[in-house]
Amino acid sequence: MGSLQLKSIRKAYGSHEVLKGIDLEVKDGEFVIFVGPSGCGKSTLLRTIAGLEDATSGSVQIDGVEVGHVAPAKRGIAMVFQSYALYPHLTVKDNMGLGLKQAGKPKVEIEDKVGKAANMLSLDPYLARRPAELSGGQRQRVAIGRAIVREPKLFLFDEPLSNLDAALRVNTRLEIARLHRSLKATMIYVTHDQVEAMTLADKIVVLNAGQIEQIGSPMDLYNRPANVFVAGFIGSPQMNFIDGARLGDTRAKTIGIRPEHIGLSRENGDWKGKVVHVEHLGADTIVYIESDQVGLITVRLFGEHRYAPDDIVHATPMVGSMHRFGADDRILA
Amino acid sequence: MQARHSIFRTGFVHLALIAYTLISLFPVFLTIINSFKDRNAIFRAPLTVPTPQTFSLIGYQTVLGQGDFATYFQNSFIVTIVAIALVLLFGAMAAFALSEYRFRGNTLMGLYLAIGIMIPIRLGTVAILQGMVAANLVNTLTALILVYTAQGLPLAVFILSEFMRTVSDDLKNAGRIDGLSEYSIFFRLVLPLIRPAMATVAVFTMIPIWNDLWFPLILAPAETTKTVTLGSQIFIGQFVTNWNAVLAALSLAILPVLVLYVIFSRQLIRGITAGAVK
Repeated sequence: MGSLQLKSIRKAYGSHEVLKGIDLEVKDGEFVIFVGPSGCGKSTLLRTIAGLEDATSGSVQIDGVEVGHVAPAKRGIAMVFQSYALYPHLTVKDNMGLGLKQAGKPKVEIEDKVGKAANMLSLDPYLARRPAELSGGQRQRVAIGRAIVREPKLFLFDEPLSNLDAALRVNTRLEIARLHRSLKATMIYVTHDQVEAMTLADKIVVLNAGQIEQIGSPMDLYNRPANVFVAGFIGSPQMNFIDGARLGDTRAKTIGIRPEHIGLSRENGDWKGKVVHVEHLGADTIVYIESDQVGLITVRLFGEHRYAPDDIVHATPMVGSMHRFGADDRILA
Repeated sequence: MQARHSIFRTGFVHLALIAYTLISLFPVFLTIINSFKDRNAIFRAPLTVPTPQTFSLIGYQTVLGQGDFATYFQNSFIVTIVAIALVLLFGAMAAFALSEYRFRGNTLMGLYLAIGIMIPIRLGTVAILQGMVAANLVNTLTALILVYTAQGLPLAVFILSEFMRTVSDDLKNAGRIDGLSEYSIFFRLVLPLIRPAMATVAVFTMIPIWNDLWFPLILAPAETTKTVTLGSQIFIGQFVTNWNAVLAALSLAILPVLVLYVIFSRQLIRGITAGAVK
């Protein structure tokens, strides 16, 4: 139980349109991630689903029921915020139980559900503490616990990992993935971090300037980006974009090749160029090459390679790795 | 170098603060020491502390013997406490509405409420008096409470709405998702977080009300509704002033307001440290 349908959602603040007609279907149990640059409307869309913002037009349906005029608490959702948003004067236990208490659930049931959620997130030792006495990671686990306790049809996450440091981010990411498997709940998650999007999602929705650019599984987006924006947004380092004319392609305006799909050799290859900069990351080596034929390109090599600036090298794109985009920036069939 | 510089600077700051404290406390000190002296000593040597020869409680005996002073204190207390409570309640509610909800005329409404800071309420005395007469509220504490509430609201709305803007939206939204009503969000989430600001407003509101002579004199001069400040005036005559009694009454009048101040400033400090630890 927990499907979501959005139909032509529009949201405007005065004359400024933030969401320009969003259509989306989320199936029960799916993990859907909204990703996009800041200001693309992804958080606004999440808030509209939660009922914290009213859409200017369009319909939101949860489990086939129109919820446009239903209060957030009655929509059967739970939300986890970037800033944790824990109640500072309540203990961890009361923080997690408040929603149920407001709904008038009996005390025994609340105790039971809070206990289970705390167990799931290993928060048992902290139940009597206040949020100020917890670390950032613990606070975010409490916030997630507060969501679990409500047993919602829909989990909404608003950049939940952005305030955590790198190591905790990975741990909490794993925790959320594990949670999704064990609860089998529908989750909608907003992030600007494509690594989170790629690792967690069943389905990624790429948003840009209030519109959906593409919907698909992580590998779909990586292997078959629908347009230049998605191609550039998914994948790190960013895809190389080369003017079609420079490669003698008359139909394609732009040709994209991922840095990991280019081979490098000192002896021979398609594009001769000079190394501008090298980044040694241990597992990868990123080489920036200025070539006469295709301009500045990035090449990602696996493992360690001893290239240095000013070396002359030859780059060769792998067969079938080129993405060809037309004049409208969309992929060519 | 850095340390010496900072010692020098903090020393200077403390010197300035001590000087200021001495200057502002001196009149209070003078009032209190003279309230314990007999009449001759007050005039002969006003700056000396009471000695066994000059010590006298005659002022306090007069004040407390008058009997009505208990009523005056009670009146002052009721008026001040109720007015503060109303100012805080309505001020905070208005501030919440102004900072939380987007509606037509929001900015205008905020400006309108803030204008009261710039225009002294005493300019409207005649109209207020006429209104109170029409409403049959002359010589009641209600009249004073209403006027003081109106007087305190502009500053309260102004200060509190600034503070309310600092309360995280996510927190309020989390409350909405957990099913809290707007009233519970206001009372249970927002108010506890802006307690230091509330204490500040309470102190700023309290002192002018406690010290006010104008409105008690005009709106509630009856014996049963006199406040302490007005009550003390009976000892000041056109030809003879009973200085012992005046000074004793003033010394006594300091006490309750001091107690209230201590209560509020405690809240203030607690609020500040709570923020710092977080």
